Amino acid sequence: MPVLYTADHEWIDTSDAAAATVGITVHAQDALGDVVFVDLPSVGATFNKGDVAGVVESVKAAADLYMPVGGEIVAVNEALRADPSLANTDPLANGWFFKVRLSDPTETGALMDQAAYDTLVKNA
Amino acid sequence: MADPDPTAALLKTPLHALNVELGAKLVPFAGYEMPVSYPRGILAEHRHCREAAGLFDVSHMGQLRLVGDDAAAALETLVPVDIGGLAEGKQRYAFFTNDAGGIRDDLMVTRRADHLFLIVNAACKGDDIAHLRATIASRCAIEPLPEQALLALQGPQAAAVIGRLAPALARLTFMSGAAATVAGIACFATRSGYTGEDGFEISVAARDAEALARALLAEPEVAPVGLGARDTLRLEAGLCLYGHDIDTTTTPVEAALTWAIQKVRRPGGGRASGYPGAAVIERQLAEGAARKRAGLIGLERAPVREGAAIVDAAGIAIGRVTSGTLGPSVGQPVALAYVPSASAVPGTLLDAEVRGKRQPMRVATLPFAPHHYFRG
Repeated sequence: MPVLYTADHEWIDTSDAAAATVGITVHAQDALGDVVFVDLPSVGATFNKGDVAGVVESVKAAADLYMPVGGEIVAVNEALRADPSLANTDPLANGWFFKVRLSDPTETGALMDQAAYDTLVKNA
Repeated sequence: MADPDPTAALLKTPLHALNVELGAKLVPFAGYEMPVSYPRGILAEHRHCREAAGLFDVSHMGQLRLVGDDAAAALETLVPVDIGGLAEGKQRYAFFTNDAGGIRDDLMVTRRADHLFLIVNAACKGDDIAHLRATIASRCAIEPLPEQALLALQGPQAAAVIGRLAPALARLTFMSGAAATVAGIACFATRSGYTGEDGFEISVAARDAEALARALLAEPEVAPVGLGARDTLRLEAGLCLYGHDIDTTTTPVEAALTWAIQKVRRPGGGRASGYPGAAVIERQLAEGAARKRAGLIGLERAPVREGAAIVDAAGIAIGRVTSGTLGPSVGQPVALAYVPSASAVPGTLLDAEVRGKRQPMRVATLPFAPHHYFRG
């Protein structure tokens, strides 16, 4: 499955370019600690790559969620909004944040693959 | 208070090796490498302290003794608090004031047989010791205790734990202290803390600290709790964090700490005035202050954090949040903020500005979570 990563510790699953899924990585949720609140974008909103599309807050801190690629939000995870701890317990699946329709699929070329991301985390 | 040089080597508490062994996430705090959380995480640690007993390493805090017959009278020249009337074995909350009536630091004072025992904030301890030496060194001996560690055992089951290891300590009431042997280790404990729960703070020689901590952690009710949960616990208890909710620019009246200024130190009292900033504080005691620290509960889910503006209906900033988080036991955002005194009335509705959006909040009676002190 083509999952790619940003240096800001988001993941994006691009298997469906019309609805690529975005979430935060295991490393990100571990660094944040217990997630208690998520601010999700509105469905239909459009963002450029690198824009702040949401916020994830733990007991201790708030962190911005950046768009890994540009595009339109086509779905958000209401289950995560209701139970933010899903970002800790299942960050790579049920703890997803939103789905985006890519405006320019070539933008994924700047993202990291699993091996590159693992190296980034190991050296963090 | 200047932050310590971040490039300087961090100090370690006597429990550092144990904290590492327990898997603590260590962060720089007040010049020390301190455990912000253990593997269970801040929320679980917070709940454990509210339901059972949490063990905190707070050895970074400053401990010192003031020795001499004149120590209490001397200390009263620096704090607007009744120290002279403190009976042996009793503890009191106090603050050092400055000439403007602001707060240099807050501290705990316990009268022991032959000295006053002080606990001050880690980030302020160097300045506090210099201040004491510059002002009252001719009247009493000022003896820092850098070889003492400090452990806090907090929670509804703390007394049962202490009762097994040192039965005499379990009979202490809130804000009193005694020397004791806990699990065979000599220490001095007070029945007090910074969580709103019943519990103890235990001063122990650094060389014995790890053995004491291991003995406490071996009890079934006890789990380690880091500074992250300590912050959420104290905030729910409505207690001020120095450098955030109180500092040199906030007076005790503005900070809603007038309960700590006893009658004997107020105008008309037997030992009124005679501390830095008395004129400012006495005027505010009589006339009130323009602003006041208030507790705010968020009516929506987003946490409202330190630095957030409090705005009126027209969107004009009228105050600022000094501490805030999602209260794990309260289940809603909780914050402390300075607002105009007229707005600091429980029930008042205010908005906090968070990332450009308004979050409705309601002024609440403090504490947010009920205190469970043991008063006998």
